[in-house]
Amino acid sequence: MKKVYSARQNVIILMFLIVGILYVFRLFYIQVIDDSWEISSRKNALRNKVQYPSRGLVYDRFGELLVYNEATYDLMVIPNQVVEMDTMELASLLDLTLDEVREKLRRARAYSPFASSIFEKQISKETYGFIEEKLYKYPGFFVQARTLRYYPKPIAAHTLGYIGEVNDRILQEKPYYRMGDYIGVSGIEKSYENQLRGRKGVRVMMVDVHNREQGSFREGEFDTVAIPGINIWSSIDMKLQEYGEMLMKNKKGSIVAIEPKTGEVLCIVSSPSYDPNLMVGRNRSSNYLKLLRDSINKPLFNRALMATYPPGSTFKMANALIALQEGVIEPTTKFTCDHGFVFGNLRVGCHNHPSPTDVISSVQYSCNAYYCKVFRQIIDNRKKYKNTREAYNKWREYVLNMGFGVTYDTDLPYELRGNVPTAEYYDRYHGKNRWKSLSIISLAIGQGEMGTTPLQLANFAATIANKGYYVRPHVVKAIGCRDSLNRKYSEKVYTGIDAIHYESIIQGMVNAVTAGTAARSKIKNITSAGKTGTAQNPHGKDHALYIAFAPVEDPKIAISVVVENAGFGGVWAAPIASLMIEYYINRSVDWVDMENNIKNANLMNN
Amino acid sequence: MSQRIGRQSMFANIDWILVAIYFLLVFVGWINIYAATYTPTSESIFDLDRNSGRQFLWILISMGVALIIILIDAKVYTTFTWVFYGITTVLILLVIFVGTEVSGAKSWLGVGDLGIQPSEFAKITAAMALAKYAGESNRNVEQLRVQIISFILIFVPALIILMQNDTGSALVFVVFLFVLYREGMPGTILWIGLTLIVIFLLTLLFSHWHVIIAISVLTLFMWFFIRRYRKDVLKMVLISFMLSSFSFGVDYIFDNILQPHQKSRIEVLIGTETDLRGAGYNVNQSKIAIGSGGFFGKGFLKGTQTKYKFVPEQSTDFIFCTIGEEWGFLGSFLVIVLFLLLLIRIILLSERQRSRYSRIYGYGIAGVLFTHIAVNIGMTLGLMPVIGIPLPYISYGGSSLIAFTMMLFIFIKLDMNRQNIV
Repeated sequence: MKKVYSARQNVIILMFLIVGILYVFRLFYIQVIDDSWEISSRKNALRNKVQYPSRGLVYDRFGELLVYNEATYDLMVIPNQVVEMDTMELASLLDLTLDEVREKLRRARAYSPFASSIFEKQISKETYGFIEEKLYKYPGFFVQARTLRYYPKPIAAHTLGYIGEVNDRILQEKPYYRMGDYIGVSGIEKSYENQLRGRKGVRVMMVDVHNREQGSFREGEFDTVAIPGINIWSSIDMKLQEYGEMLMKNKKGSIVAIEPKTGEVLCIVSSPSYDPNLMVGRNRSSNYLKLLRDSINKPLFNRALMATYPPGSTFKMANALIALQEGVIEPTTKFTCDHGFVFGNLRVGCHNHPSPTDVISSVQYSCNAYYCKVFRQIIDNRKKYKNTREAYNKWREYVLNMGFGVTYDTDLPYELRGNVPTAEYYDRYHGKNRWKSLSIISLAIGQGEMGTTPLQLANFAATIANKGYYVRPHVVKAIGCRDSLNRKYSEKVYTGIDAIHYESIIQGMVNAVTAGTAARSKIKNITSAGKTGTAQNPHGKDHALYIAFAPVEDPKIAISVVVENAGFGGVWAAPIASLMIEYYINRSVDWVDMENNIKNANLMNN
Repeated sequence: MSQRIGRQSMFANIDWILVAIYFLLVFVGWINIYAATYTPTSESIFDLDRNSGRQFLWILISMGVALIIILIDAKVYTTFTWVFYGITTVLILLVIFVGTEVSGAKSWLGVGDLGIQPSEFAKITAAMALAKYAGESNRNVEQLRVQIISFILIFVPALIILMQNDTGSALVFVVFLFVLYREGMPGTILWIGLTLIVIFLLTLLFSHWHVIIAISVLTLFMWFFIRRYRKDVLKMVLISFMLSSFSFGVDYIFDNILQPHQKSRIEVLIGTETDLRGAGYNVNQSKIAIGSGGFFGKGFLKGTQTKYKFVPEQSTDFIFCTIGEEWGFLGSFLVIVLFLLLLIRIILLSERQRSRYSRIYGYGIAGVLFTHIAVNIGMTLGLMPVIGIPLPYISYGGSSLIAFTMMLFIFIKLDMNRQNIV
């Protein structure tokens, strides 16, 4: 009898079913339970392509363009996607050496093997054309469109500032930034970084195995739109800035001009300067190093905000105002000048001028003796203050209120506060309470330990023009639209000196221009008030200072000019200020002789 | 009128379930081939420059072939079995000398621009030959002589195909052992086969010394604790010695005879090789594609992994990735169910045959289909080594589609004819 094996069909069907069920379980596991495959798939085929917004433009106060953008291309790399490639060809395409290519790859990998970082930045359009065609041979590489800053006029480098690639510290502190992003490093670019940068967007792109883009993922469902940066209207007057830089050519020093009523900065000249376009493009770092290493001219150093000078005679008005406010003198109070101030062994010299003087003529002739005496009246006022320290502290409070020794929290980075010595400082220097008015008499004429920045000097001129207040100096008028500025830039900061006391001071400054120390700087048809100063310089020839404002009836510009190593303030500083005032108010200069004289002067090696 | 009757008789007794499953699978294959190579700018699914367009052509040809097979008298297949077997054997031999090499395997015969892969057809004729020989009424597969001749019928084409370097296709022939098992071959042969496979894998995973020690310990254990083995000491020693030599031999073959690419494929499978950029790349990418499909899939034409060529051979050997990615667990599950229905239906129909030829042939093609399905899907899921054999009815390719169509419709025709004893 033949055996029937038909039952064996069940064994075979069972085998089919077991394999089928096993596969279904496996499918369920990798498709539904284990989601690591999903992540790998995104890593494979999706690339987050950052959409860089264009950075906000910067205009001057009249709507002239100061900073704009131009397209450029960065070659990006995702190290993990890089496969073996023709390194030689890549190097020659980019005009690099083999070692440079390897080093760049190594650095990108060190940052992150998965995230993209810049391999070569700011490729020219021509190179971009070449590379794009060959890019398919280099998986892991792609080109990112970026914008570069350009400056139609090579001016206002310090104020406008520049942008640079973020460094490791920024990457750690500010999560918004990714390797290769740009950030404002100085000037307006830094202060208004958040407004100017806009917001980056992301496009999720699909790529194939050769890293070629295949279009938008799910019709852009996960994309975010890049929001362009906001345009900024600076308070800078481009023409005035340009004119100021032209005047300061071949001179060390600075010009700061402020609109007194608003605190808007009209120009900030720091000389020597540099062309802001140098801080852009592929040669940026070598240009930067060149500028950084120029230890003689220090072009990167923003003198207007960071250099401190003794204010010299420009400080005399401050002492007069304090004395008037304290009531230790009247406008008519007179003191004699014996070609200086003499007390025992101490002697502060003075120059030839009519004597005695009152407040007005003391400013007009800049009499040292007068201010030494006034200063002693303030400090030695035992009716009001029981000792020198108390009186000094009160004096110092006035000085700080007038805007010396403090920062204004302006919208320009790296502003320094200068120096108004504290009582503790003199304690250390002379011994506790072992100093008196005569020990610190140099403060009477703005010398000694006093340190002020050109910005503070211009602001001081503005407080006089405003008769007792200033608005924090700022370089930006509006962000995006009008009236969008921080409120602190419209508040008045009072000096604590009554307006009435400014009258005689201003008269003295007007007289100084018409028939006094600044007589060289009289301007046709414009009444200006000015005060010369000479900052003693232990390292060389004295620095020439001048502060002024005009027109006296309705001040539109307050200005400070510092010309280093130029001696007496009336000779160089005052005429420069006058030309600036004339140019700002009349939009042209009549005084061509002086203009040429200054333009051609080279005071660099004084 | 007469025509209507004629048509009725033409499709009389046809198993519409198999036909329906066939059409469903072919359709699933066709749209997934389209999706696997789809680009947003893609032209129509019928574009002959694309795989999907050419596959459509193959589908039409296959349907024509199917129709012809149905029209031909069933006796032709049984009568001329040896002729067909002879022709395919000659063809696969010919390939070794004049064939064109495609990705390492010399398995194509060029005919103008078109190529055919005779090995695909050799599987059909091998099933037919086995049916013819073992199905003769006086043959009893329990007999060793019948088994040996059957083995020869199976392994001659398998060896020739192995010589073409097409290991995958050659391995498929092993499945005919199951057919013989159904016909009465002792089950121990299958058990021995299974044991050898386990030892093979263990040897590769560990070393042959570990395996030999394990075999010895197991033998001692059985001898000591199971009474009925007590008497057969000699037999047990002999068996354990043979198994140990096999393990040793595997190591030797693996290290000295297998080619590097074959070695690394097995290493990837058993997990001793994890180079995702090298040999492990395909499987890893395939798992990424399927795994990222989730439960419902990414949607038709929405896949990113296969379309953008992360997965190699996306429309041929790895077509299941596209199904997994775009149709998710649900779609993959349905495809597997469809295949299981096909296989089980073939087995059930085979069992109702009065002719042994039809039954053996049915088991034969069920086995071939099963091997292809299990190896192909298993490979995409990382459960099988990367062996380049197509997924029946779904993978792109003319030879494979036509061959699998012929394979199935010959069976359907035999089944239609089940009332007449051949």
